[in-house]
Amino acid sequence: MRDSGLTRRQFGKSLTGIVVAFTLSPSLTLSAGTDLPGSLGAAATLDAWLRIDAEGRVTIFTGKVELGQGVLTALAQIAAEELDVPLASVRMVSGDTTLTPNEGYTSGSQSIEHSGTAIRFACAEARALLVEKASAELGVPQKELKVSDGVVAAENGKKLTYGRIAQSGLFRRKAAATVAPKLPSDHKIVGRPVPRLDIPTKVTAGPAFVQDMRMPGMAFGRIVRPPCPGAKLESLETAPVQRMPGVLAVVRDGSFLGVVATAEEQAIEACEALRRGAKWSEAPNLPDSREIHAWLMAQPTEDAVISEKNDPAAGPVVRRLEATYTKCHVAHGSIGPSCAVAVMKGGKLHLWSHTQGVYPLRNDVAAVLKLDPGSVVVSHVEGAGCYGHNGADDVALDAALLARALPGRPVKVQWMREDEFAWEPLGSAMVMKLRAGLAADGSIVEWRHELWSHGHGNRPGRPGGVNLLAAWYLAEPFEPAAVRGGSQPAGAEGRNAVPLYEFPNQKIVKHLVKDMPLRTSSLRTLGAYGNVFALESFMDELAGAAGADPIAFRLRHLKDPAGRAVIETAAAKADWQPGSKGGDGRGRGFGFARYKNLSCYVACVADVAVDRETGRIGDIRVVAAADAGQIINPKGLEMQIEGGIVQSTSWTLKEAVRFDRTRVTSTDWAGYPILTFKEAPSVEVHLINRPEEKPLGSGEASSGPAAAAVANAVSHALGRRVRDLPLDPERIKAAGR
Amino acid sequence: MISLLVNGKKHRVDATPDTPLLYVLRNDLALNGPKFGCGLGQCGACTVIMEGRAVFSCVMPVGEAAGRSIVTLDGLGSIEKPHPIQKAFIEEQAAQCGYCVNGMIMSAKVLLDRTPNPTEHEIRQALDPVLCRCGTHRGIIRAVQRAAKEMKP
Repeated sequence: MRDSGLTRRQFGKSLTGIVVAFTLSPSLTLSAGTDLPGSLGAAATLDAWLRIDAEGRVTIFTGKVELGQGVLTALAQIAAEELDVPLASVRMVSGDTTLTPNEGYTSGSQSIEHSGTAIRFACAEARALLVEKASAELGVPQKELKVSDGVVAAENGKKLTYGRIAQSGLFRRKAAATVAPKLPSDHKIVGRPVPRLDIPTKVTAGPAFVQDMRMPGMAFGRIVRPPCPGAKLESLETAPVQRMPGVLAVVRDGSFLGVVATAEEQAIEACEALRRGAKWSEAPNLPDSREIHAWLMAQPTEDAVISEKNDPAAGPVVRRLEATYTKCHVAHGSIGPSCAVAVMKGGKLHLWSHTQGVYPLRNDVAAVLKLDPGSVVVSHVEGAGCYGHNGADDVALDAALLARALPGRPVKVQWMREDEFAWEPLGSAMVMKLRAGLAADGSIVEWRHELWSHGHGNRPGRPGGVNLLAAWYLAEPFEPAAVRGGSQPAGAEGRNAVPLYEFPNQKIVKHLVKDMPLRTSSLRTLGAYGNVFALESFMDELAGAAGADPIAFRLRHLKDPAGRAVIETAAAKADWQPGSKGGDGRGRGFGFARYKNLSCYVACVADVAVDRETGRIGDIRVVAAADAGQIINPKGLEMQIEGGIVQSTSWTLKEAVRFDRTRVTSTDWAGYPILTFKEAPSVEVHLINRPEEKPLGSGEASSGPAAAAVANAVSHALGRRVRDLPLDPERIKAAGR
Repeated sequence: MISLLVNGKKHRVDATPDTPLLYVLRNDLALNGPKFGCGLGQCGACTVIMEGRAVFSCVMPVGEAAGRSIVTLDGLGSIEKPHPIQKAFIEEQAAQCGYCVNGMIMSAKVLLDRTPNPTEHEIRQALDPVLCRCGTHRGIIRAVQRAAKEMKP
């Protein structure tokens, strides 16, 4: 939602208005089997990607959505660049099942690679069509025409505006991708730190979020979630709740229970009263949280060797090392609990949601409500930053189930803080067991990385089930879709388990634990955070064993020139001095990865101070270098890299979801503390621009390297290795003794 | 009926006195600034300024707020005429998702009203009760520093 001039009342109306105005035209069906660049094949015609109105205003349609990562600004830059129009004349419409192409999920740091590439080619082609038509109308050869700010002008002074030329279905044709986009050296808008389009509205209290939506007659809903996963609602007293002020409906379907009231505070009070009158059967189905890693390793698993290299000629091993690293379950912890608005009218459902995938959500909600997918519209409206699959999709189904009880009336549901912490899908706990063999010269000749993890991809839209929370508790329940592992090279649980370093012998094995007593799914980086932490910690341990400087040791094993450049840049900017002694309470550490081994390169140098008495880690400074190929917006890229570093520092030092044998017990910010202002690191980011390369996703690139750098710095400061996350004061005190 | 003085305007609202002020501001007065984050006074997303102090409106009963002067982000400035702190947040691009930004700006306002020239330590101290999950801390500190400079008489 980037239109800033909307009043609150217009908010809902304008969204609906857009729907009515544009539903009929573009063909949004997937043209299968195309070989078009990016996600250009996701829509059959050019006008599914862009429109130009009579005043020359450009509307770009993208299936990707704003999550606070600045993607709509970057996509607008690409469009304005290729079309030669001012950025201010570009309006973005994103993530709407009636308006935009189906580009799947906004995830995996792929929006610029997919949608950006599609928009780049679509706009280049559109510009060529505009110039061709102008040439015919003006009777001037194309090569004598110049385009700027949406005006095609001839040397003789004759000109035509895009608004004039673009009418009458000029873009209603198949995208051919035959027009080459501009050369990077000609870019005027791409590559510049243009201000984000959404920030002015957000800092001036404009209606920016789904939480800010208000519609005439809108009611408020709350959900009484079961006391633990799998609990069944045995009995319920509803009569006193139905008499409470403002209560419009109590909705029960099996063990799904919710309430709708006129005012939000009434809904919350009714929800609490309903909870008091509900009796549930509950069982201690969770593993012992203190033994979670041993438990993971003891479960039945689906195993795969994801990389194997054998070179018998490599030198003999003179020394072997082995280390096991762990991470706990981590929460997305969005600052704004998940929220959705739903209205059911005449058998049709309209949902406003901060989902990362409007189409998959639409299909799963339709299945649950037994509606034709064509009768469900999902429109993306921003929520608080999600960092992956949080409660966004679940609350959308909650809202739909409540709205169904009050046809014609919009219902807004916002989860309470404890709903989010207890029910959001978590980033999985993991175990990484690493082994290596060193040759006499200290180089690595054998490498083995074995990992245990739950699934990282249990979003809606997966085949064979419905991945929406409420669906599992209905009187006629749906089963979740079968857990599937990721596939290489990008991987999911195995993401970044394969080292970018080159070793003559290596074997990487993953063990996917499909049973999921605590629900897990996608959290920023999936398995890469744990894998990079382990891999890069182990590189430090091996460097120590080989008597080598950690950075020199890495470079010795790395051929990739871009990777080497990133490492060398971070080392130089941080003034890395080989051989610095640790163990005096101050430490310095290094971490590196190329995200997915396919995307953005990041290297981090971290400095920390560790207090052995209190176990507290403070005064954290991180210097990072990043190479994301061609930079679209340097400011946006820097923010993504820096934000990832700060968030990862929080995961690494503080975060673990707590649970007993029955339920999650860390259900507020006191139980699940995150990094605060006093603790936030100082961060310095250095960008390497490669305008001739394709732009690479960056949103998740720094999390793994930052975790490794901080953990290596803490180990350096302690003079002793730490291998279990988070590095909380208890663990540090124990390690420091 | 409860009388409220919000952003310089008087309002009469029909709410029970123990209703958290946040819901009255967001729903009855249709203000977007203060956000629901936790309802527990732990995250600061709901921060408003009452009688010159930063308060968590999610745990402030509306009855206690009656008759006292309340300022929300909505009353600070507009998109056309932003307050210098809002302007500084735009210039420094000090938001990623932007959900916490209300608490950041309102806490910064209280700080700068009392301490026009704060050190980085004082800024971190003042903003510590407000949680940011995107990791925009450094940009927010820069924005407060910029605002301090621009607000100097």
